[in-house]
Amino acid sequence: MTTFAPGTFKPAPGRGSLPRMLFVHARTEAMLTLRNGEQILLTVIIPLALLVALSVMSVIPMPEPRVGSATARIFALAIISSAFTGQAIALGFDRRYGVLKRLSASALPRWLLVAGRVCGALVVVALQIVLLAVTALILGWRFPLSGLPWVVLLIILGTLTFGALGVLLGGALRAEIVLALANIIWFVLLMVGGVALSVPVGFVHLLPSAALAQALETSVVHGTAPGVGPVAVLVAWGVVAGALATRTTRLT
Amino acid sequence: MTQLRADRPVRLGCVLVSPNPQPAVEVSGLVKRYGSKTAVDGLDLVQQPGTVLALLGPNGAGKTTTVEICEGFRSADAGSVRVLGLEAGSEALRPRIGVMPQGGGGYPGIRAEEMLNLVAACAANPLDPKWLIEVLGLGGAVRTPYKRLSGGQQQRLSLACALIGRPELVFLDEPTAGMDPQARRLVWDLVGALREDGVAVLLTTHLMDEAEALADDVVIIDEGRVVAQGSPAELTANRADDQQLRFRARPGLDTSLLSAALPEGLKVREATRGGYVVEGLIDPQVVSTVTSWCAQQGVLAEELTVAKRSLEDVFLELTGRELRS
Repeated sequence: MTTFAPGTFKPAPGRGSLPRMLFVHARTEAMLTLRNGEQILLTVIIPLALLVALSVMSVIPMPEPRVGSATARIFALAIISSAFTGQAIALGFDRRYGVLKRLSASALPRWLLVAGRVCGALVVVALQIVLLAVTALILGWRFPLSGLPWVVLLIILGTLTFGALGVLLGGALRAEIVLALANIIWFVLLMVGGVALSVPVGFVHLLPSAALAQALETSVVHGTAPGVGPVAVLVAWGVVAGALATRTTRLT
Repeated sequence: MTQLRADRPVRLGCVLVSPNPQPAVEVSGLVKRYGSKTAVDGLDLVQQPGTVLALLGPNGAGKTTTVEICEGFRSADAGSVRVLGLEAGSEALRPRIGVMPQGGGGYPGIRAEEMLNLVAACAANPLDPKWLIEVLGLGGAVRTPYKRLSGGQQQRLSLACALIGRPELVFLDEPTAGMDPQARRLVWDLVGALREDGVAVLLTTHLMDEAEALADDVVIIDEGRVVAQGSPAELTANRADDQQLRFRARPGLDTSLLSAALPEGLKVREATRGGYVVEGLIDPQVVSTVTSWCAQQGVLAEELTVAKRSLEDVFLELTGRELRS
């Protein structure tokens, strides 16, 4: 028989400090993403390979300097990979394994459950962008520093919008279906959604992928503020997806 | 209990113990429907603070639904549920309760210690995660991702997550499901220690021995309704003539002669192959009648025992013996 000293479990309840909860939750989310081999392939290896390919080969017509335009588009792809596809798949399987229920039974407030995931995703995106930017600089990219604040804002906006779309998908369907759909949508957006190349079809500009790629191209290549149109498109998708996700997301 | 009387001066200490402490859990008239099916149908229960209450019932009786409403995971269709004096599901309640959901829960790729550290960070005065990991025998699996832990290991981690925040009240939904006998024994010891330290425990189980061993009070529910409640002793020994004499002998003996020899009101049956049961008021005369009947039959009565009925008998009596779909 296992015995415990009297008083071992004497109640002393209370909620932990909010900053610490947020920090530990975000760190856990980021760490689990970075530890997952498939996630690294999707979020790091494929974007890096495409950055190199688009910069040195002229398979796809792209405005010169090629490396600048390629960098902007691969930034957009990296954000979509991580915030949308990666987040959706992770959420689908987290629900399957009951972690949302587990955490929402703890003292973690519900809003922090979302905030922790968002911060974790932002950390991963920041690491991706740094890695891609360093590679792009090596490939000869010259970044007009005047675009830096805009690029940072667009990266955050893009992560939030695609994060909301990822949660909308991953929070409602079965894990296997999420896995399949998230990858298919990623591929479609890359090829014909205005990411790898500009598609001169009207409705494509209304896709969040095209809007993000176009806005980033303006700020990354020309160092100027993005157009109002693409930013409005991104915000609209983010708000609609977020509002829907709060209604459709299930804990298990 | 000290009685306060007006004619005698009484020195009062600075600590006043309320004669009627707030219940840990108070459920009244709880109703929950899923579509056309009524899972919980007017359920009432009260759990006193610092006690262990077992919600016992067959699969599908409404145990998990009831517990999940208390935990705030589901909303009630009717009735009221107050936990530690607060409305079930309120934000203020969650730091004060510990929850072990059925089947556990964790990130598929997380390690046991990381998961426990995360839940510990949500509490103001957590227990030491490293110590708790060792206590629960997960020390050998600290680097194993959650999805590769066995069912019993996942359950133990989930129990650790429920206890880490030093709660006042713990909900354990089938805490020993999927555990080996050693781990089960450990959980029993833990529940005993919690109770000693004044933590209220509400657990669900369909294991009679678990309820009998752990609970101060047992609430037997079936089809969403309370069918019996009381302490294990009250439930098993509420009638003097409700005893059993059990023995083993050669299967297929003709018990009609024994029936005739026994006093009025006693019933004999071969409950299992070669396992005979005499039910009613068992006195020394009855034992003697049984043994002499066995001698006449030329058989030896083995494992002859006289016992009050077990919780299992009560349970099967109340919820039926047939297997349900």
